[in-house]
Amino acid sequence: MKFRNWLTAASAVCAYVALAAGPLHSDPLKVGFIYVGPTGDFGWTYEHDQGRLAVEEAYGDAVQTSYVESVPEGADAERVLTQMALSGHKLIFTTSFGYMDPTINVAAKFPDVRFEHATGYKRADNVSTYSARFYEGRAVIGHIAGRMTKTNKIGYIASYPIPEVIRGINSAYIHARKVNPDVEFKIVWVFTWFDPAKEADAASTLIEQGVDVIMQHTDSPAAMTIAEEKGIHAFGQASDMKQFGPNARLSSIIDNWAPYYVARTGAMMDGTWESVDTWHGINEGMVEIGEFSDQIPAEVQTEAQAISDAIVAGNYHPFTGPLNKQDGSAWLSEGETADDGVMLGMNFYVEGIEGSIPQ
Amino acid sequence: MDLSSINPLLLIATMIAASMPIFFAAIGELVAEKSGVLNLGVEGMMIIGAVCGFVAAVETGSPIAGVFAAMLAGAALSLLFGLLTQLLHANQVATGLALTLFGLGLSALIGQSYAGIKPPSFPQIGFGTLSELPVIGALLFGYDALVYASAVLVVAVWWFLGRSRGGLALRAVGENQDAAHALGYRVVAIRMGAIVFGGACAGVGGAYLSLLRVPQWTEGATAGAGWIALALVVFSSWKPFRVVLGAFLFGGVTLLQLNLQAVGAEINPVYLSMAPYLVTIVALAAISGTGRGAHLGAPGSLGKPFHASG
Repeated sequence: MKFRNWLTAASAVCAYVALAAGPLHSDPLKVGFIYVGPTGDFGWTYEHDQGRLAVEEAYGDAVQTSYVESVPEGADAERVLTQMALSGHKLIFTTSFGYMDPTINVAAKFPDVRFEHATGYKRADNVSTYSARFYEGRAVIGHIAGRMTKTNKIGYIASYPIPEVIRGINSAYIHARKVNPDVEFKIVWVFTWFDPAKEADAASTLIEQGVDVIMQHTDSPAAMTIAEEKGIHAFGQASDMKQFGPNARLSSIIDNWAPYYVARTGAMMDGTWESVDTWHGINEGMVEIGEFSDQIPAEVQTEAQAISDAIVAGNYHPFTGPLNKQDGSAWLSEGETADDGVMLGMNFYVEGIEGSIPQ
Repeated sequence: MDLSSINPLLLIATMIAASMPIFFAAIGELVAEKSGVLNLGVEGMMIIGAVCGFVAAVETGSPIAGVFAAMLAGAALSLLFGLLTQLLHANQVATGLALTLFGLGLSALIGQSYAGIKPPSFPQIGFGTLSELPVIGALLFGYDALVYASAVLVVAVWWFLGRSRGGLALRAVGENQDAAHALGYRVVAIRMGAIVFGGACAGVGGAYLSLLRVPQWTEGATAGAGWIALALVVFSSWKPFRVVLGAFLFGGVTLLQLNLQAVGAEINPVYLSMAPYLVTIVALAAISGTGRGAHLGAPGSLGKPFHASG
């Protein structure tokens, strides 16, 4: 596998060199992006790249953006980032959780370069972090899933056991169970962000086990394709994914990074950039709920919309007590809501979910 | 945990389907390596096969046409490799790596406007009442045409390499290129044939991925399957039937661990995920330990450049 990683990095560097060799005129601000998957994944990376294009659109010739796609998390990312910093990029977005340590390491070597790391928790004077409150979206689709399932079994394709993914599972489960006490979650960990064949296998396996609604926390639309083929339901993840499952898709959680990327690039240009921690949700528009499918009954659509509206208005928090942890110990008392610190480090299931989180 | 909710027949059938892409790619690479050529571009040839097969199937409405297009596309890319390494004497390792990079990029370009399109579904072979037999029906008569083609292919490759004159020549070229040349075999021509065969097989493996396993086109869809196929050739110690076993093991373990997770077995998935690689190491250690094959069965001239003046 090492060989393959090396190769991917080599390809990444080649792609990068090709991009960096553009014409130099009046010193535009060079903004770099590194992606964990291909820009054509129609999921996570696709949306980040839409954000990059929005930056180009907003500032025209004043910026020059470049990206390196399919960069493995870990040491390869460090090489790519170093290369980017050396070639004059002043602002670099690192768009996957696994780039956290590489970003911090490279940032320490290049104090003049500003970094923005997505979904992590380590910051420095020249490293900001940003993420979206995907769990708010999970609350809405969890509710829909709980109402729509007929077998009372919901499948969940999880990537890596990190807090962000666990938070999503908990939020979806809490809201599915609230409307359907018999609901059961079948969770499969695939240990990859992007591997269409494996994601499809996971979906098929879940369907064989009687699941009739699938949620995913991986990047490709493979599970949506399988859901469409087998006649069950699924939700778009990161992108809308409607074209992959016109009948299967119920709704989607869409990541909209464009306003943030445009704002941060703007801050670089007028010299107001500073290290911040941004965590935006439905209210700020970083998380969008995709259009509801006609297959969802009107009353369920109204309920789901109400949850979304309440979150936007600040009247409702998806993690509101009383809630217990999986082992039955008390977590949140009646009316208490989870604070950001606990949510960022979430490493436990809530009561009712079966199975254990792989260590 | 309720293991009884896993249907063993269904599991075996899906494991076979999961092993097909790497099987096709590996059996092709095996023939190329037997002739002494190390082509590391399997991943690139697979993904070109995947995208060309997909595009052809969508445009013509015929998945069979897609498979043939994938075969041609894989063969065409491998021909490029053959020209560079056999006629222009480029380094095989570097050329193979470049082929993978080229294939990944070119496939993204070709597939750009094909995202979200559904390919025509693959016809099932009708065995009539045979497929309704209990157990045997599901186990033997429930697959797509390519699974049966793969069975024919492995027997054909085994026969060709071990029992035919042409196969003997191919192996001679792979074991000792200078001796084969001295005997009058046309080393470059034989190798070109083996390379193109390897490319065509890798193309079919790719098409299996984009037309059958995940009927869609996504950039980077092979996600490393080509590299697993390369490992598989070593695992099989260059023996065709062991490729079948290895493909089943490598492809099947993933499915097995997903199934175990779905029924709630408390086994950490990372252990099962690394199982095929552990087995490869154990198998290699066992083979080299017997003393029979100190070189693990690798062809003697594998990866060496050949020039007739040499």
